Amino acid sequence: MTWSEDQPMVSIKNLHKSFGELEVIKGVSLDVMKGEVICIIGPSGSGKSTIIRCVNALNDIQEGSIMVEGQEVNDPDLDKRELRKKVGMVFQQYNLFPHKTALENIMMAPLLVLKQDKESVEKLARQLVKKVRLEGKEDSYPGELSGGQQQRVAIARSLAMSPDVMLFDEVTAALDPETVNEVLLTIKELAEDGMTCILVTHEMGFAREVADHIYFTDKGVIVEHGSPATFFDDAKDPRTKEFLSQIL
Amino acid sequence: MEAFFEWFKWLYDDTGINLPFMYDSYDRGRMINGFFMTIKLSVLCLIFSIIIGMIGAWLQASPLKWTRRFVGGYIQLFRNTPPLVQLYFFYFAIGTMLPKVASDYGGEQPMLGGFAWAVISLSFFAGAFNVEIFRSGIEAVPNSTIEAAKALGFSRLQIYKDITLPLAFRVVLPALANNLVNLVKTTTLAYAIAVPEMLYEANQIWSDNVNVTEMMIFMLLAYFLLVGVLVWAMNRWERSLKIPGYGA
Repeated sequence: MTWSEDQPMVSIKNLHKSFGELEVIKGVSLDVMKGEVICIIGPSGSGKSTIIRCVNALNDIQEGSIMVEGQEVNDPDLDKRELRKKVGMVFQQYNLFPHKTALENIMMAPLLVLKQDKESVEKLARQLVKKVRLEGKEDSYPGELSGGQQQRVAIARSLAMSPDVMLFDEVTAALDPETVNEVLLTIKELAEDGMTCILVTHEMGFAREVADHIYFTDKGVIVEHGSPATFFDDAKDPRTKEFLSQIL
Repeated sequence: MEAFFEWFKWLYDDTGINLPFMYDSYDRGRMINGFFMTIKLSVLCLIFSIIIGMIGAWLQASPLKWTRRFVGGYIQLFRNTPPLVQLYFFYFAIGTMLPKVASDYGGEQPMLGGFAWAVISLSFFAGAFNVEIFRSGIEAVPNSTIEAAKALGFSRLQIYKDITLPLAFRVVLPALANNLVNLVKTTTLAYAIAVPEMLYEANQIWSDNVNVTEMMIFMLLAYFLLVGVLVWAMNRWERSLKIPGYGA
């Protein structure tokens, strides 16, 4: 089956995932079209991060299907490296390579994985540094950067692979409040450029602003979903209402 | 220079302190040969034992059960037996089982001589410890850093070579230095299979000159200085690998 742009870029159907005896995802389905930004929100332990970790096969799946550009992720013969070239991911703890400078962190994957030539990779890396507003920090090591700066390097590192879809796993949760905004701004610009994004976030104001669609998860299922306006102002499910009343 | 050598002759005549390798050119030649043999033996064993350590630690993380068991068995065998017994085992047991080859004098000689067996035996001995040392360093690399590399599409080998090893190396350098210091000292065991290293040559000299006391004092100092140089080099190496802002 060939994939075309009128089909969902990421299509999750009836996803089930257990860690040992504990079932954390109990039948989740969602579709993401090209260029769409979706936010997954919900209480801690509701399986939000697990869902997006399944999309690039960092977690395996017990049951159900995840299609990324028409390719089945839940396939024992899946070439995970090919999948991960298309799916970028940014983590809560940045996870930069501590022994490489900011620029080297960004350049590493295109050089090693895509085998691109050094000159063009460096050019691209410098453009990305500019894009995430870190000029002058090219030669700094991660340990010399603030959390917000590290996270922006991590975003640039992921973008250097020119992914078709980006996963953001609570990327501002570990940051100081004053650096949260610089990271959110970077993501917002990315979304405006048309990047397909799946975000797990606790930043409700941000979700409302950038998301095309919001999914609310609780105890491994999607309780409610809708456009930001209907979701935040007109939630139907009592669990959603309770969650929103606690955080808004 | 001659006057310098003559001084030791005078020292002997005047005080009875006999250091023939200082004033006698034949004994001096023996000592120098012995010194370089020790250096050659040490350097080769250092290199091979580190290679064995890195490959062993890589194989120990293999998904194949029998590969892991094989490495585990190797470590147990070489860690739990005395290095002298290992040396004898290789030289006398394995060495005599191998086919003989024609010697330059028309006779037969063993395929591998004492020096080759010493290198093999001591490399495997120190290598067993190095596997464990490298493994401890590899386990100290956060899984989240590995995951970031996976998410960028790195292969298992690329992750090991470019992420895990460079980070693990910095963690293990002190422990590695300890083991390499031990290895250099253990090269004296090659004496037992007549490899003409420093201690062996010293023995030759004291047998001819009956100056055991002087030679023993000299040997102690000579090894103290030799290992001191190694420790100094390892410390410098450790400092040069320090990453700004990373670790203590």
